[in-house]
Amino acid sequence: MNAVVSAEGLARHYEVGGGLFSKPGVVKALSEATFQIEAGKTLAVVGESGCGKSTLARLVTLIEEPTAGSLNIDGIEATPDNWDRLRSHVQIVFQDPYGSLNLRHRIGAILEEPLKINRPDMPAKERQAKAREMLELVGLRPEHFDRFPHMFSGGQRQRIAVARALMLEPKLLVLDEPVSALDLSIQSQVLNLLLDLQERLDLAYLFISHDLSVVRHVADDVAVMYLGRPVEFGTKEQVFSNPRHPYTKALLSATPSTEPNPDKMRIKLEGELPSPLAVPDGCPFAPRCWKAKTKCREQRPELMGEHPAACWYPEG
Amino acid sequence: MSLLTIKNLSVDFDTAGGMFRAVDGVDINVDQGDILAIVGESGSGKSVSMLAMMGLLPWTATITADEMSFDGIDLRDLGPMARRKVIGRDMSMIFQEPMSSLNPCFTVGFQIKESLKIHLDLDRAERKKRAIELMELVGIPDPERRLKAFPHQLSGGMSQRVMIAMALACKPRLLIADEPTTALDVTIQAQILDLLADLQKETGMALILITHDMGVVAETAQRVQVQYAGQKVEEQEVRGLFSDPHHPYTAALLAALPERATERHLPTIPGVVPGQYDRPQGCLFSPRCKFADDKCRKTPPPVQPPDLGLARCHYPITRQEDVA
Repeated sequence: MNAVVSAEGLARHYEVGGGLFSKPGVVKALSEATFQIEAGKTLAVVGESGCGKSTLARLVTLIEEPTAGSLNIDGIEATPDNWDRLRSHVQIVFQDPYGSLNLRHRIGAILEEPLKINRPDMPAKERQAKAREMLELVGLRPEHFDRFPHMFSGGQRQRIAVARALMLEPKLLVLDEPVSALDLSIQSQVLNLLLDLQERLDLAYLFISHDLSVVRHVADDVAVMYLGRPVEFGTKEQVFSNPRHPYTKALLSATPSTEPNPDKMRIKLEGELPSPLAVPDGCPFAPRCWKAKTKCREQRPELMGEHPAACWYPEG
Repeated sequence: MSLLTIKNLSVDFDTAGGMFRAVDGVDINVDQGDILAIVGESGSGKSVSMLAMMGLLPWTATITADEMSFDGIDLRDLGPMARRKVIGRDMSMIFQEPMSSLNPCFTVGFQIKESLKIHLDLDRAERKKRAIELMELVGIPDPERRLKAFPHQLSGGMSQRVMIAMALACKPRLLIADEPTTALDVTIQAQILDLLADLQKETGMALILITHDMGVVAETAQRVQVQYAGQKVEEQEVRGLFSDPHHPYTAALLAALPERATERHLPTIPGVVPGQYDRPQGCLFSPRCKFADDKCRKTPPPVQPPDLGLARCHYPITRQEDVA
């Protein structure tokens, strides 16, 4: 087993509100996330807003400490004592390339910064050489080294963000909606770059997205999340051609397809995501599910089996 | 006679760096009961052309058109007072960000009733009744209580429903939806798109859907108009556009969709949309087009006949060529 990352029952709860006399509420942003990613593979996490995708990203990139569960990166347990050591193994690319680059720094400085912090002994010359090399790797020209972020288009900025993430030669790259802020014609350029880099550097990706057509293109494995819990897990083929959880099925049918076809049946989901402060007792999806029965409302189903789906009455 | 006719619309913005042409010679035709989608990437002028028609652009914009008429009314030299009588009543618009287009200081009930008060001759009780009716129409549960809710108490999907209710308040004949679902989750997006399609069928109004999402277009629209860098480059029925695009830009855009990919590598469109300072001389798409030759780079292309999708191209793609 050469998993770059393995997580076991990862959870993150936040306390909110509460005053002098009232008890604070607990938001269970993420519970029971268990997964592994091998080198050169992509795990895609899909779900709607509020399902805990970004919390998962923050835990894996060691920005926050999990409330429960364990996380192993490259065989080392990720406890806060080890964070310093592990940070260069995991890097992240954010959604908005307009917000994630410092406008007052030149591209060169942006790329060198991770090395300055994490490899303080490296001579300046070597640092610069590495940054220039990286610039070429992500398909930018050498003269871009001395420019400022505002001189670049969205797609180029996302390339810079990817380059910065790769400066420390990480083994795992967390991609938090890397293409959803980009136009369609630019989106395909960035996706191609990510696929190339993965092949060349044998990177593991944790790809977070709400766009199922992008996920279908890049992922090896897919985890579907709903209200802070994974509800289905499987290979790309399993999840897309034979979805077992009703939520996955609804999500797939809600995604507009680009083949005009008026006869297509769409599963209509009633209502919206319940508040994460008051997650239903039974299956969290039961209030919106069209086949929920009494058992669903009372007992929470677990993820089990070969192609696990947390549902009492799975499809297929 | 068509409901909305726009011929040769151009919008120029007076910027610090000189005039910038955001919309360049666009024609739009919408009949009663039509669903027209306008697709394009950011900066293609799709929203600006609609805002120009509504008179919502700032003073830095210069609008010129050969014809711009709605239901027989000439919109070009309509004064602000006369325009107020038309927009919001016969012609209304919903915007992309439901959270930021509602006023946070007033209840949603007040905001729905506001347009009823301005445009229709109803008394207080009738207005309240109509507001409840509208909220039921757009599928908001428990409307009577929700009238008293403030925008921050509603979710994104609910706010967008309120926006739709406001737009529909005076039974408009034309509804313009500017990226109505971009800020929403997919399952909520599906609900809102279905709602718009149902309402359109029920009321028979015309709907203009502005979007960048090809999937939304394929599922909702009847007719599609593709814009690039301020120009209309192609117009076709939705099926035809997806199966048989005539303009190279449309074809490249469709090929770049991940779900149409046949290989691990996606086909891409090199380069970026031209900006204010690097506008090409001939065809605006020529620097990124794989079919472009010297003629494309020098002379602006003609508009092809309707059976070639009104493509603005010297060498439109036909199906025979694809086979060869």
